[in-house]
Amino acid sequence: MNLPVFAILAATLTIATPLVWAALGAVINERAGVLNLGIEGTMYAGAFCGFLATAMSGSLAFGVGAALVSGLLAGALMALLTVTLGVNQHVAGIGTTLLLVAVCNFTNRLLFSDGSQTTTEKFDRLLPGGGLLSQYPMTYVAFLVLAPAVWWVFRSSGFGLRLRAVGENPEAADAAGIPVAKTRYAALILGGALMALGGSFLTLSLLGSFTIDIVSGRGWICIALVIFGRWQVWPVVGGALLFAVADALQLQLAITPLFSDVPNELLIAFPYLVVIAALAIWGRGVRYPGAYLKPYRRA
Amino acid sequence: MKVLLRARESRWLAPAAVAIAVLVTLLLTAGPIRLAGANPMAAYQRYLVTPLTTVGGLNEVLLASTPLIFTGLAVAIAFRVGYYNIGAEGQFLAGAAAATVPGLYLADAPAAVALPLALGAGAIGGTAWAVVPAWLKRHAHIDEVVTTLLLNPVALLLIQGLLNGPWRNSESGFPDSDRYGAGYTLPAIVEGTRTHWGFVIALVLVIVTFVVMSFTPLGLRLKAAGQAPGAAQFSGIPVVRLQWRCALISGAIAGLGGAVQVLGVQHQLTGGISSGYGYTGVVVAALGGLTAGGVLLVALLLGTMTVGAQNASITLQLPTQMGAIVSSTLLLAVVSVLSLRHYRLVFRRRSRVAGEAS
Repeated sequence: MNLPVFAILAATLTIATPLVWAALGAVINERAGVLNLGIEGTMYAGAFCGFLATAMSGSLAFGVGAALVSGLLAGALMALLTVTLGVNQHVAGIGTTLLLVAVCNFTNRLLFSDGSQTTTEKFDRLLPGGGLLSQYPMTYVAFLVLAPAVWWVFRSSGFGLRLRAVGENPEAADAAGIPVAKTRYAALILGGALMALGGSFLTLSLLGSFTIDIVSGRGWICIALVIFGRWQVWPVVGGALLFAVADALQLQLAITPLFSDVPNELLIAFPYLVVIAALAIWGRGVRYPGAYLKPYRRA
Repeated sequence: MKVLLRARESRWLAPAAVAIAVLVTLLLTAGPIRLAGANPMAAYQRYLVTPLTTVGGLNEVLLASTPLIFTGLAVAIAFRVGYYNIGAEGQFLAGAAAATVPGLYLADAPAAVALPLALGAGAIGGTAWAVVPAWLKRHAHIDEVVTTLLLNPVALLLIQGLLNGPWRNSESGFPDSDRYGAGYTLPAIVEGTRTHWGFVIALVLVIVTFVVMSFTPLGLRLKAAGQAPGAAQFSGIPVVRLQWRCALISGAIAGLGGAVQVLGVQHQLTGGISSGYGYTGVVVAALGGLTAGGVLLVALLLGTMTVGAQNASITLQLPTQMGAIVSSTLLLAVVSVLSLRHYRLVFRRRSRVAGEAS
């Protein structure tokens, strides 16, 4: 069996891109102590708002801007619920996801009820014909700018240190004069923006259009990748690549004659099962951030 | 004016908070309803009142509430012991698929054999879908939130795979299964209506859960394990084992819900068998305060809104997704306002404070 290795690797980078954006957003949230199950809805909102703004204005820049703003707002909503009000984070996150998905589907239905699903402009691949390097701009940004930047922020910047402090031990951080609520707000808003931009990759780079259920569980995958990568930037990126290579492989196998008898659904389920298996093997005994799931109230 | 933490919750605050949250929800959702060109008051009337005013409407409400009672109860039981099962969707689907096995391969069984068989298969299917996350949680401390979530799309793919492969409809060739044998029908409670005995099964489960939670030592242990796992463990309650069992029971109930849905409503397996019932179950459980009675009430409320949303989409041209917007806004509003009751506002003048101090 001859597998087109380069094609699979090129597809891997493309598939991993939205996961890297959103999972790094989730890392930022969780290192500050907040589990954001609104991630699926935030990616959905980013995908939809990006598409809608591009369709309305005809400009991709507007689309990216709208996706960014939708992510900032989704993050702020999550922060209001979990930081200010101290709501159970599982309930707040699922509620946020359900709300955002419903609002996007509602708006989509209102604007395109006659089934006239518009296609918009989309980003072109850089370096066409460049093989592995022929990728969308957001792929380049994800691996060459975003991941190193987030890594640097956590390692060396004051903001990163404060963020880790409020996620590990908010009492101590508070005593040291770090504003706990403000730092968590910043983390959630920034993380939400990254998630929404990741979602916008699906509409503005890959498809150039919007379909119902376009995110289809990628947000949940990211939550798994963050645990798998133990809240560290590069292992999380590695996890995204692992999922993506499994996904690229199944896409390739689906069109390989040898596998024509294997049900397509089994192949599609394969990457999900890989992630669960990877968690089962490497996810044992991970150490969660100290203040994970805990709202902070000054005694 | 200062915001202070309350030392104790006062009794009347929770109902007042829910009332405020309902008002907030109505205000927030009025905008989108107007945007869609409908009158908010007319829409709310369709959502909350119209379905309850006719016998046919009430019937539809009970029918729409039934799967939500199952998934809501499943989520509530798990959340209550601190096991965050967000996989009720997958467990519901697995139960529906498992109930289909006898429905297709033992199609000739008489109802007295067929129904227990199919319902039992559904419960086992749901449990089977819950067992991997629960086992990983118990033995490897792997977060159940992630594993239960990830298995939801896998369950849907399993059903799609079966429907595109061995279970493809033998007459139409469409990806939905053949109809089950005649014995595999949950009969209607009242002849000629659509509400079936699945609703009664759901009610029985609600009552059993209520009794266990409220009146038995086990109920108290479950509550302790969920609210203060450290203290519970210290006082000899086997927290991990309780979580493991509740996780499996939770899966069984969700799976039973899937079986009831195919046996009572569809009489065949289809890809769209769950319209997000598992996720809505989280809303039902959270709004119901993780209690059996609360789950029942909220499931009936959301069932009413589902029927109302269908009604409003026809009469007011309001997209059905508005129903989902209202229910998720209601969830966020209720949990937000409820969390505010832990605080109190204190208005006082400085002189009085000084006077008290002296």
